[in-house]
Amino acid sequence: MSDLDIAVRIETQPMSEEPRSAGRSRYLSADFLFHKAAVFAAIVVAGALFATVIAITYDSWTSIQTFGVWRFLASSEWNPVTQTFGAFPFIVGTLVSSAISMILAVPISFGIAVFIAEVAPTWIKRPIAGAIELLAAIPSIVYGLWGLLVFAPAFAMVEPWINDHIGSIPGIGVLFQGPPMGIGMLTAGIVLAIMVLPYTSSIMRDVFLIVPSSLRESAYAMGATTWEVAWNVVLPYTRSAVIGGVFLGLGRALGETMAVTFVIGNSNTLSPSLLMPSATIPSVLANEFTEATTKLYLSSLIYLGLILIAVTLVVRFLAVLLIRRLGRREGAVA
Amino acid sequence: MKSFAWQPGRARRDDPEQGSRRNTSSPGRMILATALSLVLAILGSAGAFASSSLTGAGSTWVYPLVAKWAAAYESKTGIKVNYQSIGSGGGIAQIKAGTVAFGASDMPLKPEELKEAGLIQFPTAVAGEDLVYNLPGIKPEALVLSGPVVADIYLGKIKKWNDPAIAKLNPNIKLPNMAITVVHRSDGSGTTFTFCDYLSKVSPEWKSKVGANTSVAWPTGVGGKGNEGVASYVQRIPGAIGYVEYAYILESHLSDARMINRDGKIVSPSLKGFQDAAAHVDFTKAQDFYVILTDHTGPDTWPISGCTWQILRKTAPKETNIEVMKFFDWGFEQGQGMAKSISFGPLPPTTVSAIKSYWKSELGYSI
Repeated sequence: MSDLDIAVRIETQPMSEEPRSAGRSRYLSADFLFHKAAVFAAIVVAGALFATVIAITYDSWTSIQTFGVWRFLASSEWNPVTQTFGAFPFIVGTLVSSAISMILAVPISFGIAVFIAEVAPTWIKRPIAGAIELLAAIPSIVYGLWGLLVFAPAFAMVEPWINDHIGSIPGIGVLFQGPPMGIGMLTAGIVLAIMVLPYTSSIMRDVFLIVPSSLRESAYAMGATTWEVAWNVVLPYTRSAVIGGVFLGLGRALGETMAVTFVIGNSNTLSPSLLMPSATIPSVLANEFTEATTKLYLSSLIYLGLILIAVTLVVRFLAVLLIRRLGRREGAVA
Repeated sequence: MKSFAWQPGRARRDDPEQGSRRNTSSPGRMILATALSLVLAILGSAGAFASSSLTGAGSTWVYPLVAKWAAAYESKTGIKVNYQSIGSGGGIAQIKAGTVAFGASDMPLKPEELKEAGLIQFPTAVAGEDLVYNLPGIKPEALVLSGPVVADIYLGKIKKWNDPAIAKLNPNIKLPNMAITVVHRSDGSGTTFTFCDYLSKVSPEWKSKVGANTSVAWPTGVGGKGNEGVASYVQRIPGAIGYVEYAYILESHLSDARMINRDGKIVSPSLKGFQDAAAHVDFTKAQDFYVILTDHTGPDTWPISGCTWQILRKTAPKETNIEVMKFFDWGFEQGQGMAKSISFGPLPPTTVSAIKSYWKSELGYSI
C-alpha cells in the first residue's frame, strides 16, 4: 500500500485504539496542524484587538496630552479654528441614537421572533425569516441614501404633528420640539432600528425555535395563552441568548457610520430635542477625517475613535455581566 | 456495484469509481496556479505603470476642471493625470507626505507654512460660490442678500425669513413667515473657507466668534456632506438656505440669491464677476500667490469669489515636478475654453508668466 494510505489509516483509527496516533505518523498529521493553526488564529485575533487599541492610543496621544481625559469627555466645544476639541456632544449623540434604535428594534424583534416561532403557520415561516435576513444584506450606505431621499421627506410630514402634539406635553415635550426637517436624531434612530432589526430578530427567532416543545406544550396544556407562553416560558428560557442578541445589535448601532451620517444632520452642538440635527462619533469621523489638517485635530478625531472603542468594550462587558448574573439566578452555566 | 462512499483506509486515487480522474484539485496545484496568475497580473499592471502617469489629490472644487483638462491632455500627449478629489485638507496632507505629485487646495497656505513644509503653490483658476434658498413661490435670483445679513443668518441671529433686515433688502417680494433652516457643510472644504472668509470680512462678530477655516464650529444649522449634501438638504427643506459652488448651481437648477457687493451694487454670480474680483488683486505681487478674492471692489465684482491653488513639493523628483508643470502650463495655454465652459475663470494674463518665473525661482528649474 502507498504511504498515503498508511498515514490515512493511522489517523482514522478511533482515538481509544491509537491515542495520539497523530504524533507517531511519519508526516505532519492534519490534526496536529489543525490544532496549531487554531491556536495561531486565536492569538492573531486577540493580538489584533490589542494592537488596534495600542495603535489608536498612540495616535491620539497628542490630544490626550493636550486635553486630558475628563476635560475632553466633558467639553462641548468642537472648534477647528481655535483648535479646541471636546467629545461630549458626540458621545451623547452616539448613546442616544443607539438607545432609540434599541428601544424601537427590540420589541419589534421580539414580536417578529414570537410570530415566526409561535404564531405563524409553517408555510409562512421561511419566507418571512428570509425577508428579515435580506434586510441585513442591504449595505449601510444604501440605508443612508434611502433614509435621506425617501424616509426623511416622509418623516418631515409627520414631524409637525409630533412637534404640536407630543412637543406640547410639559416635561418630555422639550424632547420633541423642532423644525420639520425630516433629518435629525430621531430619524437616525429609526433608520438604525431598521438596520439592527435583522440581527436581533434572527437570533431571537433561532433561539425561540429550539425551546423544547415539551416546555411549551405543558404551558399550553395548563391553559396559558400564546402571549403568556411567549413572555413567561419561552423568553425566560432563552434569556441569555436574547440578551446576547440585543447587545450584538447594540454593537452594530454604536458603530454604524454611513447611514447615520446621511440622516443625522451633522450639527456639532448639543441640543435637547430629538428632532434637531445632531452628530455621533462615527459620523463626525467620517465627515472630518480627510480634512483634518493639523496634528491636534487629527489626534482628537482618533481620540474620539478610542472613546468609541471604550464605549463598545464597556457595553460588551455589561452584557457579559448581565448574562452571568441572570445565569446565576437560574442556576444555569454562564 | 461498489459503493461509492469513501471508505477509511482507501486512497481516493485507488478507488476504481474515481477512475483515471486525477485529483485535479490538489492544494499544491492550486497554490501554483494562484501564484502564477498573481505574477502575471503584477507583470501586466507593471506595463500600465510604465507609461507616464501623474497623481494629484485635493479639492473637490477644482475636480471638474482637472478632470476635463486631464482627459484632453491624455488624448494629446498620452500622459495620464489621475486626480482624487478628497478635499483640500486631504490634498495638503498628501502633498506634505509626498504621496502625490500635486495637491490641490482652495485654501492657500501661508508663506511661512509653505517654507516650513518645503512646498510651493500657484493658482489655477478662479470661481465663485453663491447662496441657494428654498422659498416656495420666490423665483431664482429674485432674493437679494447682503454680507452682514448672511452672517447674521448663519450666526442664528436672524431666524425668520420675514425678518426686517431681509425685508429691507427685498422690498418687492413678500417674504413668508417661515423659519430659516441654515445648511452648511459637515465635511471640511475650501468652499467653506471662502465663505467663512467672506463672512469674517463683512461681520466682525463672525470673525471673533467663528473665524475662517476649511472646517469651523458652526453656531447653528444642519450639515450636509459635500456640495451635493448641502444642495439636497436645501431642496428638501422648505425655508432652507445653504452655500454651494457656482458650477453646482448651474447643474442642479437651485434658486440662487443675488448679493450686494462691496460697492453696494446688486450682482448675480457670473464668470465676469469672478474675473473682476481676480482683476483687483495683483497675483504677481503676492508672495507665494497668497491672495484672497472675497469682498473686492468693482461694480460687477462677485463678493464670494475664490481661487484654487496647486501645491508642489520642492524635494520631489525633478521629472515629476516638470511633468506637473507641463500639464498645468498646457491647461493655462490650451485649456481656457474648457475652463470657461464649466464656469472656471482663467487667471489674469500677467499671472501665468509670473507663475512660470515663480517655478524657476523656487525650484531652480522650469519647463
